Amino acid sequence: MSGSAQNAELDLYDYSAYEGRPKIEWPSGARLAFWVAPNIEFYELDAPVNPHRKPWPHPYPPVPGYSIRDYGNRVGHQRQMAVLDKYDVRGSISLSAALCEHHPEIISLCAERDWEFFSHGIYNTRYTYGLTEDQEREMIEDAMATIERAVGQRPAGYLAPALSHSNHTIDLFAEAGGRYTCDLFHDDQPTWVKTRSGKPFVSIPYSLELNDTIAYVVQKMEPRRYGEIIRRAFDQLYAEGAESGTVMCIPTHNYQVSCPHRLRAFEEALEYITGHSDVWVTTGREIAEYSLSYLQEQIGGGAESAK
Amino acid sequence: MSDELLDYPRRHYGMDHERYEWSMLQDRKPVIWPDGKPLALWINISVQHFPLSGDKPAVPPPGALTMPYPDLRHYTLRDYGNRVGIYRLLKLMAEYEANPSLAVSGALAERYPQLLKRLDQTPYEWLGHGWNMLCMHAGEVDVDTEAGWIADSRQALEQFTDRPIKGWLSPGRLQTANTPELLVKTGFTYQCDWVNDELPYTFKTTEGDMICLPSCLELDDVFVLSQNLHSEDSFAQQVIDAADLLIKEGREQGGRLLALNLHPWLVGQPHRIRTVREMLEALLVARGAAIWHASPSRIIEAAQA
Repeated sequence: MSGSAQNAELDLYDYSAYEGRPKIEWPSGARLAFWVAPNIEFYELDAPVNPHRKPWPHPYPPVPGYSIRDYGNRVGHQRQMAVLDKYDVRGSISLSAALCEHHPEIISLCAERDWEFFSHGIYNTRYTYGLTEDQEREMIEDAMATIERAVGQRPAGYLAPALSHSNHTIDLFAEAGGRYTCDLFHDDQPTWVKTRSGKPFVSIPYSLELNDTIAYVVQKMEPRRYGEIIRRAFDQLYAEGAESGTVMCIPTHNYQVSCPHRLRAFEEALEYITGHSDVWVTTGREIAEYSLSYLQEQIGGGAESAK
Repeated sequence: MSDELLDYPRRHYGMDHERYEWSMLQDRKPVIWPDGKPLALWINISVQHFPLSGDKPAVPPPGALTMPYPDLRHYTLRDYGNRVGIYRLLKLMAEYEANPSLAVSGALAERYPQLLKRLDQTPYEWLGHGWNMLCMHAGEVDVDTEAGWIADSRQALEQFTDRPIKGWLSPGRLQTANTPELLVKTGFTYQCDWVNDELPYTFKTTEGDMICLPSCLELDDVFVLSQNLHSEDSFAQQVIDAADLLIKEGREQGGRLLALNLHPWLVGQPHRIRTVREMLEALLVARGAAIWHASPSRIIEAAQA
């Protein structure tokens, strides 16, 4: 371990009540910033065992878990792409960096569409747990550099691999040039995040509740109900967005949402959302850059954090 | 922490193993099914024996006995499939002139010869499905033990039928590192355990190539009804939604495959069988013009043509 306390509260952000905040005004007066975050991941068949977390529930070879995730890469991505194209939604890819090496064809398809790529670590079978600070810095930089080499742009965002974190994850990512995190689920609006370097850094809402894997695997939802909860979330955030801009994200995995019995629910939800006016259909990076500019002005977070 | 966690020996183009080549469904040469139909339908019925035993396999299959020995409640609920449920399904399949395959536990040949004789009166293809639902092809099973399970499974079924048995579906779709080689050595030419595609593809073993005809876990009746606890109506809706999407893709991009897996002990129950009827009605009647319903071997042949 890195020697850091294993029970310390992390001072990530200041408390801020949802009522009475400064108003957020999105570009063109939109009520809601909407983004879709397809996770494009590579899971290893034979990953080294991290003592803190097993990569698979089954012994080697973990055929059930591995093969359905491979289905996402072989079948699912292009199926979802066709739907996102139809509704003019650019994906913000949560990317296992090694997929640039394993499956560059998928990267090209996303790049052609001017989608955003943000970092999701090297593999989704390699966890942050137990890495020293230097090791984690190396892993974060490796992922950033790999994606930058593949697509020509350094990632701005981070969703830690398999949502595995250390006390330093956000600090290290900000120091590597990152601008936003998807790892914090405390709010429906962007939040200034305090980092030890004081670099401007923001949390962008990335909903676990609307995440297809949480819906389908953890909550075991029927597909039509998943479509319904997305529409309900949108209705509420859209209504509240009339007073101050809100953010809505649908994180997806193409081994879930793009199965042929499930894609219709997602498509109907997208049709519903994009059928509304005053929705800013955008990417994680664009929300982050816009938010950082107003957060620095509005709450002076930059001055406070730079001490 | 050891450096192994940041060591990536298989980080290169393609897969991180040697079993098959990397490719995306949409990038392959389009498959054309007979009569130019956009969607092939494969229905498999898994006819299974769950022994009454206090032994707990390292990896229990879906539907495994869970209570202390003697777990009569789950044992008999599973046995219901072999006494009642399968006959309900066979009647329904005949009524709709369906052509399912039958994946059969080898142990049933010893236990219920009457059932095997009845299955041999159908025109349906048979698949090896392991010895029973305790002999799990998972983890550190001794290779000779596993070879014995596979050989015994084949021999048991062959005592009751002359039809060629080419396909294999493991209990719980699990495999050991040796399963594919042992299957090829025992004369199986295709397996259905890897759920990573929607069309058959070449699967490599050190004993020669075989085909993987991917089954579909996500629309398996046990997965949808028993593990996800979805309603019967939702199950039918999901199958129909899948068919409609795949028919559309099949027309635009090339032939697609819908794979359904049914268990007599689950959908053979009186309150569930009508859901199977609704599916057959929707697939074979209402969408009959768009669906080519065939045995797994015929589907593999057509995909390779």
